[in-house]
Amino acid sequence: MALIKNGELVESSFVDVSGASEIPAAGSVIVSFEQWQAQRTALLARGAPLGIRLHSDQSPELVAADLEHFALVALEFPKFRDGRAYSYARLLRERYGFKGELRAVGDVLLEQLFFMLRTGFDAFELTSADPLRDYRIALADFSVWYQPTADGRPTAMQLRRGKH
Amino acid sequence: MYRYDEFDERFARERVAQFRRQVKRRIGGELTEDQFRPLRLMNGLYLQLHAYMLRINVPYGTLSSKQMRKFAFIARNYDKNFGHFTTRQNIQYNWIKLEETPDILQHLADVEVTGIQSSGNCVRNITADQYAGRAKDELADPRVYCELLRQYSFLHPEFSYLPRKFKIAVTGSPNDRAAVAVHDIGMRMHKNEQGEMGFEVLVGGGLGRTPYIGQTIRKWLAPEHLLSYVEAILRVYNMQGRRDNIHKARIKIIVNQMGIDKYRELVDKEWELTKDGALKVPDEEVARIDAYFAPPEYETLIDETALLEKLRAGDKAFDRWMRGNVIEHKVPGYAIVNVSLKATGKAPGDITADQMDAVADLADRYSMGEIRVSHRQNLVLVDVKQAEIHELWRTLVALELATPNLGLLTDIICCPGLDFCALANARSIPIAQDIARAFTDLDELQKIGQFTINISGCMNACGHHHVGHIGILGVDKRNEEFFQLTLGGSSDQHASLGDRLGPGLPQAEVPKAIRKIVDTYLVVREHGERFLDTYRRVGIEPFKSAVYGVESQAA
Repeated sequence: MALIKNGELVESSFVDVSGASEIPAAGSVIVSFEQWQAQRTALLARGAPLGIRLHSDQSPELVAADLEHFALVALEFPKFRDGRAYSYARLLRERYGFKGELRAVGDVLLEQLFFMLRTGFDAFELTSADPLRDYRIALADFSVWYQPTADGRPTAMQLRRGKH
Repeated sequence: MYRYDEFDERFARERVAQFRRQVKRRIGGELTEDQFRPLRLMNGLYLQLHAYMLRINVPYGTLSSKQMRKFAFIARNYDKNFGHFTTRQNIQYNWIKLEETPDILQHLADVEVTGIQSSGNCVRNITADQYAGRAKDELADPRVYCELLRQYSFLHPEFSYLPRKFKIAVTGSPNDRAAVAVHDIGMRMHKNEQGEMGFEVLVGGGLGRTPYIGQTIRKWLAPEHLLSYVEAILRVYNMQGRRDNIHKARIKIIVNQMGIDKYRELVDKEWELTKDGALKVPDEEVARIDAYFAPPEYETLIDETALLEKLRAGDKAFDRWMRGNVIEHKVPGYAIVNVSLKATGKAPGDITADQMDAVADLADRYSMGEIRVSHRQNLVLVDVKQAEIHELWRTLVALELATPNLGLLTDIICCPGLDFCALANARSIPIAQDIARAFTDLDELQKIGQFTINISGCMNACGHHHVGHIGILGVDKRNEEFFQLTLGGSSDQHASLGDRLGPGLPQAEVPKAIRKIVDTYLVVREHGERFLDTYRRVGIEPFKSAVYGVESQAA
């Protein structure tokens, strides 16, 4: 499993312990929403950067008030056809003002990276043979966008107005 | 009509290049069929019974003669010399090769046509009244807003993997010719109490195995909020729509499960937070697009009704055709001419490459180069001088495009059915052909009057059978094809779903049953009322007895 963040191949500084029975005493970890609910005080007392991993049926509205505690939110794509996390990503960026790492995990495919980038993801767990190449291909496909979304790329409508 | 600017043009080109790469990856084995499927679908490419099928959008049903010639070119060079117009203002090619698809899409992009999102779980082709901008009964031209929606929906990063497909239709006329009540979102343009033009928004309509008529979610929406309001509807649907069962995934299911009031509450809550944001439609953009839809330069003509009356009096065939196929235009001296794709013995909506070229030539010669496509699978020339109608008619007759049956019993809507479609249970085209052959007496057809027969080869309802005055649904019972009839459906401003008449009938019995229903109607109708009105007045019983006899009714 490779991680691309902001266009670079990187090692994750977080250990994903979501669903694990024990949470290590030190180090950056990613926990599930259930772990966060059950062990909130203990997790905050660890003093290490914290990430949360949400299933596709868990809206980020559940943690909207807690986002200051998270350096990372990982949104799951259980199947690439399940597109709920695209909405969640926009809500996190545009409504709740989340500035930390927004990581796409699960069934994350080259052909969907473009949509993920545009909705505000900046990190991707990829299983492909050459993830960096995939990322660059996905980024190079389009130079025109019609929708104003979280990534702030100017839309065709904005470019037209700027031009005239 | 709308023309691409540099941004639209670049976008269309980049989309073809992307698909070319995806096809290459599929052929090279880098993509599994499961992974490739949604990618090809979102470019309009289906895998059918015998070959790939390519579905191309005609946005809001507006087409130029140049684009029609390109359709003919594709039919000739990449298919078997014909195409099929559908109930969603698309054209379909049935015999496509995967490896040739990127080239086909490039040819089409050259004339500003795409297959983008003509399939897939995303926002589909935006459809509209085929007479938009021309009809005398119209309140406002919906095309500028359809074009805004087209651009907004193309490759929407948030809504390209919705729970299920999503269809939007808009009408600017109180006489709904766009079937907006059976769309996921339907919009009706009208003025509010202050006299401002806006939209009534319906949500949750749809056909398929669980049909619903759309419900009003908002009585009036200001045009500047069109995109933010649609986005709010889509976002609630994307997050809350069911993903566990494909048959319960359409928006109509959650709207009806939670109730329209609850759905409205969720949408309003969402919309309040976004309505004054980046999606607010700037007046300049509306003006920019609207300029493309400015009326063409009409000549100042006198009304030629008297001349036409004279020609009609001397020519019965011309008179018959004029009655249904020609519609009033908002500009004096002009008329809207419908080109029927329902010749007896032909598959409804089918058109040959030669006919496409001929229609393009006629559009250039008689109708300022513009052609419309209707959801009832016919073509329209929208700007014909009344003085030239007779001449045009004679040419159409020679092309077998002047069947005088618009709005009549043989103007049948029909899906491709089991002759082509991988989903179908039964062959729908032969049923349409059989019915047309049983009703060839043109005087009789006019006596029967306004009538819609809609045929679907399976419960997915591409032939809109629930909203035909008579609907016909093909079903498979132990490997035999049967056809269930429904009566009383309608897709206009008083939309209704048909009621099931009785047990399914074998193919040979269907035309006979239609004949019995029509005969019964002619006996009980009052003052030339339409079949639909008679049905609504007298109910299903007389028709049931006529088709199944008294015993089977008792049984």
